[in-house]
Amino acid sequence: METFRSHVMICGGTGCHSSGSGDLIKAFEEQIKGNGLDKEVKVVRTGCFGLCEVGPIVVIYPEGAFYSRVKAEDVKEIVEEHLLKGRIVKHLLYHDSINENSGDIKSLNEVNFYKKQKRIALKNCGIIDPENIDEYLAFDGYKALTKVLTEMTPEEVIKTVKDSGLRGRGGAGFPTGLKWDFCYKAKGDKKYVLCNADEGDPGAFMDRSVLEGDPLAVIEAMTIAGYAIGSDQGFIYVRAEYPIAVQRLQHAIKQAREYGLLGKNILETGFDFDLEVRLGAGAFVCGEETALMRSIEGKRGEPRPRPPFPANQGLFEKPTLLNNVETYANITQIILNGADWFSAIGTEKSKGTKVFALGGKINNTGLVEIPMGMTLREVLFDVGGGIPNGKKFKAAQTGGPSGGCIPTSKLDIPIDYDSLVSIGSMMGSGGLIVMDEDNCMVDIARFFMEFIVEESCGKCAPCRIGTKRMKEILDRIVAGKGVEGDIEKLEELGNMLKESALCGLGQTAPNPVLSTIRYFRDEYEAHIKDKRCPAGVCKGLMRYTIIADKCKSCGICAKNCPVSCISGEKKVPYVIDQDKCIKCGQCMEKCPFGAIELK
Amino acid sequence: MVNLKIDGKDVSVAEGTKVIEAARMANITVPSLCYLKGINEIGSCRVCVVEVKGMRTLQASCVLPVSEGMEVFTNTAKVRASRKTSMELILSDHDRQCLTCVRNQNCELQTLSEELGIGEIRYEGEQILRAKDLSSASIVRDQNKCILCRRCVAVCQNVQKVGVIEATNRGFNTTIEPAFEMNIADVACINCGQCVVSCPVGALSEKSEIDEVWDAISDSTKQVIVQPAPAVRVALGEEFGMPIGTVVTGKLVSALRDIGFDQIFDTNFGADLTIIEEGYELINRIKNGGKLPMITSCSPGWIKYCEHQYPEFTENLSSCKSPHQMVGAMIKSYYAEKNNIDPKNIVVVSIMPCTAKKFEANRPEMVDSKGIKDVDYVLTTRELARMIKQAGIDFVKLPEGEFDPMFGESTGAAAIFGATGGVMEAALRTVADVLTGQDLQNIDYEAVRGSYSGVKEATVNIGGRDFRVAVAHGTGNAKALLDDIKAGKANYDFIEIMGCPGGCITGGGQPIVPSRVRAVEDVFKARSQAIYSIDKGLPKRKSHQNVSVMNLYKDYLGEPNGHKAHELLHTHYEKRGLYKD
Repeated sequence: METFRSHVMICGGTGCHSSGSGDLIKAFEEQIKGNGLDKEVKVVRTGCFGLCEVGPIVVIYPEGAFYSRVKAEDVKEIVEEHLLKGRIVKHLLYHDSINENSGDIKSLNEVNFYKKQKRIALKNCGIIDPENIDEYLAFDGYKALTKVLTEMTPEEVIKTVKDSGLRGRGGAGFPTGLKWDFCYKAKGDKKYVLCNADEGDPGAFMDRSVLEGDPLAVIEAMTIAGYAIGSDQGFIYVRAEYPIAVQRLQHAIKQAREYGLLGKNILETGFDFDLEVRLGAGAFVCGEETALMRSIEGKRGEPRPRPPFPANQGLFEKPTLLNNVETYANITQIILNGADWFSAIGTEKSKGTKVFALGGKINNTGLVEIPMGMTLREVLFDVGGGIPNGKKFKAAQTGGPSGGCIPTSKLDIPIDYDSLVSIGSMMGSGGLIVMDEDNCMVDIARFFMEFIVEESCGKCAPCRIGTKRMKEILDRIVAGKGVEGDIEKLEELGNMLKESALCGLGQTAPNPVLSTIRYFRDEYEAHIKDKRCPAGVCKGLMRYTIIADKCKSCGICAKNCPVSCISGEKKVPYVIDQDKCIKCGQCMEKCPFGAIELK
Repeated sequence: MVNLKIDGKDVSVAEGTKVIEAARMANITVPSLCYLKGINEIGSCRVCVVEVKGMRTLQASCVLPVSEGMEVFTNTAKVRASRKTSMELILSDHDRQCLTCVRNQNCELQTLSEELGIGEIRYEGEQILRAKDLSSASIVRDQNKCILCRRCVAVCQNVQKVGVIEATNRGFNTTIEPAFEMNIADVACINCGQCVVSCPVGALSEKSEIDEVWDAISDSTKQVIVQPAPAVRVALGEEFGMPIGTVVTGKLVSALRDIGFDQIFDTNFGADLTIIEEGYELINRIKNGGKLPMITSCSPGWIKYCEHQYPEFTENLSSCKSPHQMVGAMIKSYYAEKNNIDPKNIVVVSIMPCTAKKFEANRPEMVDSKGIKDVDYVLTTRELARMIKQAGIDFVKLPEGEFDPMFGESTGAAAIFGATGGVMEAALRTVADVLTGQDLQNIDYEAVRGSYSGVKEATVNIGGRDFRVAVAHGTGNAKALLDDIKAGKANYDFIEIMGCPGGCITGGGQPIVPSRVRAVEDVFKARSQAIYSIDKGLPKRKSHQNVSVMNLYKDYLGEPNGHKAHELLHTHYEKRGLYKD
């Protein structure tokens, strides 16, 4: 086997890839070759490091030098200085990775962003080359499957998962071991193991990162699940908008087959299991388990009522086990380290860690994995690095379109399934969107409702029509046409939807609206009663006015107004006809005297 | 049995029973809209929600199976509020043109709105307006009335196995459409109208020809001749509040006369005529090594299904026209000659339990070389009821009328055409007599009757030869039968296929029975009992005993299956693709 003195780890996740990491890889390879270092230094394209905000990220080992926002033109310097001469290029390092006092570089674990994280599901992300099964094997890959197939009965596997306390990471938090047990006990000549990788929440990319960074962890876990419940066929349902994840998954499946880790007679134990990838067309509702199964069957992706539950009648009406990507990503670690190890992490009812995709008004946009029970404040301010530009925190949104907004007063709530539900939100799959004082909560609620209206499958009446009507009410509120009683209508429709929609999507769809009404009712009232958007976001409520004192009557504003709603004459300040104004802002932009204001 | 409590009442029902049905047994009607028992159980409208102790959310009772110890509450404040809001939402996306709707006063949405006390609709908003699909000769689709309950989709896909409509688009933009939003006439729709009788509202209806018929009646230059099908007389009464399965033959004739038709003939006469033609065709095929099994051709829904889905079987179809087309052809030829009327001045109107007959009457094969159609207009049983109402006729009080003589006589064999197995039984009665040369007395072929089995088989020994026969009703069952034949798993001499489940008495043109009634009453059974009671009550129960029919051969047609008969009473079929090119 070849050995290298240095490894250049370049993030190949979607985030860094889209900011140019592909070019970096080429540039490094060229420079390394050009300097005759290609026998000494290896370039590895890894999965996501998590700190997407400062990507593309390059980490060079053995030093652990953490270069951020690396550009192709920086590569020459890094290669010539760092790799050739052994001098770390400090001015290109991530700012927090240098010890302020000593000037030495910190190890990754000491960097604030990583310090409080605990990586189980993301264990290999950023560490291995996801397209090389040997690297996966070198990091304990397939040890868990070997143990399961050679030392454990299916009952023992299920008991371990049960005892670990692992709950579904897709959102609802159903105990994973119990689900496996139901499928194990279900009778059927054929059973299926499915992986839900139809990550649809806006702003969420946990599952994508796991699949991009460590696809074999999911594949191995699904194989273990197959052994546990008695299935020989699995499907990974992944959205087609994740091309890198799809490609790496397919590559990983191919490699696993070549190594005899998928297919017939795995590890010569007589156990058969194979996997196929099924691409979703991107419908949010196909993340709902019954809709997902219908979609795999080639039908219109729509939920159906339960019972029958998928454990008894799922895909093709056979007993089916469906877990989310992140849930599977925990399995091999639980098998290898034991249920006790896992259940020691987290809170009483929420064990282990949870991966969140931090987004919105937060300094460290990216992917974090934190132990359950950490407070939201710690996640946002210690790990996330707080709110940019010295702005004030207003709310955090968890659970995407199904979740709720959490206000400042609840910042110290521990992050676990039950606490989040108790304050009107939910864990969800892990989207965590931060809002500051510049965000209008009514506008945010409207955004999520618009998403739901777009994504409702149209099967049940409350969701199909109810969400549309809720959005119409929100539309008129943000347009300044809200009327007394609108908040109550939203609450009534929202509560009705929660109670009577057919599937989880519909039942949770009103959460963003209900939680913002609950915590930010005054903002709604300001929009409706005072016709004012406190955050200054809702254009429909803003007025462009000409400050008479500053107006020089030059007429430039009137000339540029596309709807001719500004009039005036020489030496008299101009006036905007508010009824005709379309709030395009042209006048303000063009006024040479700053005489137009927006309020 | 499973024991549960519904609104405090103890109920014991079979395992697998849905809560809505269990409630019915406790005399509690849970309102429902999308639910069509046994056909559409998808829980989409959420009108039937109930509270269940221990369950987090309200449950759709139409899909929730009972479980031991379950406690259900059907009338709590929460339930009432939720149902009302669901209804208001559904109504906010419905055109609510009740006064001008074809389903006015027979609309499940209207009924529910009244029952749930919907006083106002608080959530008005956008409605997406779509043009009506008027492309089909049989069926009109009005998406602005559609409430997306999907009953039509379920019956088309799962029962009829036609599957030409499905939900398209998502969310609020969802509509029920053929593939690629094509017109219904451009896909493999068989016009059976099962979607129409499943629709709770006015989104699906027959293409009405009432105005054209009134115009013809008012036109003094036209002689307007009407003929009702066997199944109409056991269902029409329902439109006037009479119990399901009431025989109203005499009142029907009187109503037709009061409406102003000039001659009232009977499609049952045509049924007897069909049996003679079809019976001889079968005998000829058997004797001369013709294509077997022979399959009946009375049902135009089935014919179009066969043409689209099983074109390889079109040569198995009997070449006989369907009974009303035969009567139409006889009116425009024999009757016209006898009475010295130019057939151009005769308008033939068929009253049918069927929407597909409208398409059939317009087939080019049903028009002669001079452009004369056998049948000019087809009205469904429902359309006739509307005409009777428009004419101010008090149907229930009408006296018993008599058909006009030339094509008015019929036998019990014709009467049973209306129910699945009837054509087979009628044919066997005649074929047996012809082949044995006797007047056989044992003529009740019970094995081919009834609707409980989708495909019925029998081996009938006639004159020492075993005839293997099969009967299928509903194209979904026909598909199963044909697939078995194709796979070599089954082999028959003669097959009866009716396009609609149950046959014509439960056809797509019959009075629409609300889902709530369908859940508790066996509509097929009630109407078929009426049909067989007509048969039993008639002195003559074999088609070849119909004197008028036999005289027609003597006087005009010559031999059964002869040259003239072929010219007037037989047709041919088209091999159609699944989609228009």
